[in-house]
Amino acid sequence: MPLLWLILIVLAIAAAGYVLGRSRALASAGGDIRQLHSLPSYYGSNAALKAVVPALLLLVLWLIAQPLYINSVISGTLPDELISEGSSRGLLMAEVSRTAQGLDLAVSQGVIDEGVASDPAADFNAMTDRLKQAGAIVTSQITQPVLNAAQRYRSMSHTGTAIMSIAVIIIAVLGAFYGIRQSSAQFRARNVVEQGVRVLLVAAASIAVLTTVGIVLSLVFNTIEFFRLYPASEFFFGLSWAPSFSGRGGSSELGVLPLLWGTIYISIVALIVAVPVGLFAAIYLSEYAGSKVRAVAKPLLEVLAGIPTIVYGLFALLTVGPLLVSIFGDGGVLGVSWQGGGRAVITAGLVMGIMLIPFVSSLSDDIINAVPQAMRDGSYGLGATKSETIKQVVLPAALPGIVGAILLAASRAIGETMIVVLGAGAAARLSLNPFEAMTTVTAKIVSQLTGDSDFASPEALVAFALGMTLFVLTLGLNVFALYIVRKYREQYD
Amino acid sequence: MNDMRLLERDVDAKDIKIAARKVQVYYADTHAIKDVDVDIEDKTVTAFIGPSGCGKSTFLRCLNRMNDTIDICRVEGDIRIDGEDIYDAKVDPVQLRAKVGMVFQKPNPFPKSIYDNIAYGPRIHGLARSKADLDDIVEKSLRRGAIWDEVKDRLHAPGTGLSGGQQQRLCIARAVATEPEVLLMDEPCSALDPIATSQVEELIDELRQEFSVVIVTHSMQQAARVSQKTAFFHLGNLVEYGETGQIFTTPQDPRTESYITGRIG
Repeated sequence: MPLLWLILIVLAIAAAGYVLGRSRALASAGGDIRQLHSLPSYYGSNAALKAVVPALLLLVLWLIAQPLYINSVISGTLPDELISEGSSRGLLMAEVSRTAQGLDLAVSQGVIDEGVASDPAADFNAMTDRLKQAGAIVTSQITQPVLNAAQRYRSMSHTGTAIMSIAVIIIAVLGAFYGIRQSSAQFRARNVVEQGVRVLLVAAASIAVLTTVGIVLSLVFNTIEFFRLYPASEFFFGLSWAPSFSGRGGSSELGVLPLLWGTIYISIVALIVAVPVGLFAAIYLSEYAGSKVRAVAKPLLEVLAGIPTIVYGLFALLTVGPLLVSIFGDGGVLGVSWQGGGRAVITAGLVMGIMLIPFVSSLSDDIINAVPQAMRDGSYGLGATKSETIKQVVLPAALPGIVGAILLAASRAIGETMIVVLGAGAAARLSLNPFEAMTTVTAKIVSQLTGDSDFASPEALVAFALGMTLFVLTLGLNVFALYIVRKYREQYD
Repeated sequence: MNDMRLLERDVDAKDIKIAARKVQVYYADTHAIKDVDVDIEDKTVTAFIGPSGCGKSTFLRCLNRMNDTIDICRVEGDIRIDGEDIYDAKVDPVQLRAKVGMVFQKPNPFPKSIYDNIAYGPRIHGLARSKADLDDIVEKSLRRGAIWDEVKDRLHAPGTGLSGGQQQRLCIARAVATEPEVLLMDEPCSALDPIATSQVEELIDELRQEFSVVIVTHSMQQAARVSQKTAFFHLGNLVEYGETGQIFTTPQDPRTESYITGRIG
């Protein structure tokens, strides 16, 4: 039975439980809502919850456990001599399950019938052709033991699924019955539903947290794997980035410093652009602009934040880069030839700065607005002008928040990829010249993992080490930003 | 303090510091102040009393053009300080506010040190020639604010760390530091406890030696304690204006009498 049907059946049982629970509760009170502890819909929801939650929990656990169990049973029966040179039991099992899926596909398309598919004596050569004909992914000739294992795999998972379906439906029905039986006038259905809501919210929150933990763990394990293949000292202190493309390590130089320098340099240029412009825009919008200007200008500024970064990348590549070359390049307006090509730190930095303007301005605007009017009044009352008030009273009071906003913008700049790929080039270089092409950690992660990569080589695994470095860097910045914001938050009040 | 001897209080005839004629204030379409005429004397404490929303704070804020910071507010009529029309196009409101200091309802020290709070005005207006000069101004202002003894050992601690009453006296000292001629106080004691209130009231009485003080208050006892002249506002009108003793003992207008005896308000 397909999974979708099973879920629909459980939901149908829940719906029935809702209706029955509600009406039973009403009946127990003689049709008078005032005699009930809770509103009738709560009794219905209680029954529905009792039906859905345990059934779906069982379903999820079963779906996780069944493949693990079947895998371990089948792979135990596979003889050791089947595992060829350079292969492993895991690869063989992958082939078995692929074949099993192919059989399923072939049966469902009617290329072979059920009897042939589960016949242990079936001719494996003919079977291979049939499977290919059905469009299944079969990498090589299926051997007899693999076919037999696949057939066993199939039958076990079919039985498992059938048992699961029955168990889930039984649990759902039992739960619904229990919920309906509880529905009497005295039962506190409202409190039970409240608990249910609480659990739902906790579950949502823990999914977010667990995902973060999962991401970090996947980074950590791969990073450890990388450092087993490549010395950490050379990674952290190496001055050159030159991965070999043969895929056979050894000659690769994987020093993070040029990339880190590129990242920091481009981010600094971006912040030099974004912070003054964003901050001044925020000051204008919150202190000087009339309500009409503000109503138009603020959303317009925030449109900048909605532009995909790849579009900014195109802007850098096609507009800003050539423009800068025509100023600083050979035969340019200034008569200097500092810039060789459109792709340079300054190109990417400028465009990234533009991208960050709404980020800085929007956050700073909120923070400046949060400074109490009493501060401004006090300053005006002493005969200060508007800009004196802003410079000496409003900004110092808002400073912690603004620093927080800038640090958050910095961590965005550090994590930015597309603008760098298109605007700054791909050359890893340690240089102070902002008109030269450089590259960043993120851009290199992309280039190390795109294309054919062998995930056992240091050239590919270095991406995880780079990701981890970046993660630690931005995490540090965010923590620092939060610390600053918290520490100085209660300055005024 | 002479609260219990209202009738014998000696009121000398003094120069007119602020003269207001036919003042009208509008908030968008609301007519908040109607036809107010008032003469405020120099070196005198003048109290504005009246029920909430009667326009006394609004009128106070006209005297240093603080209403300019509110977009929808419009002021008409004639307000002169020392004979000079403060709503004249030639007058710079920023300079005017240096001359007419203001203390607000809630203490609003800046998130700076006590020293910087006081030095703020003098620095903006260039009143100090040197660091030593500025130190003198700060000390003198804090002494005039009757808070010097409490803070002299921690001038560089944040002003927001003081107690409410200390903060309000700090704000008064801050206003005094720019050497204003008039000091406007908008319910300066409404956020303070009785002890801090009496300290601030004592301070107001001392400030009368040097400044013309205008105070808005909800407390009639406070008006009776600190002021020489009292103006009663009701629904945007100046109902009655006269010597404090006379307003509180023999009010001319029935509305004034109802208010001070607690029947309206």
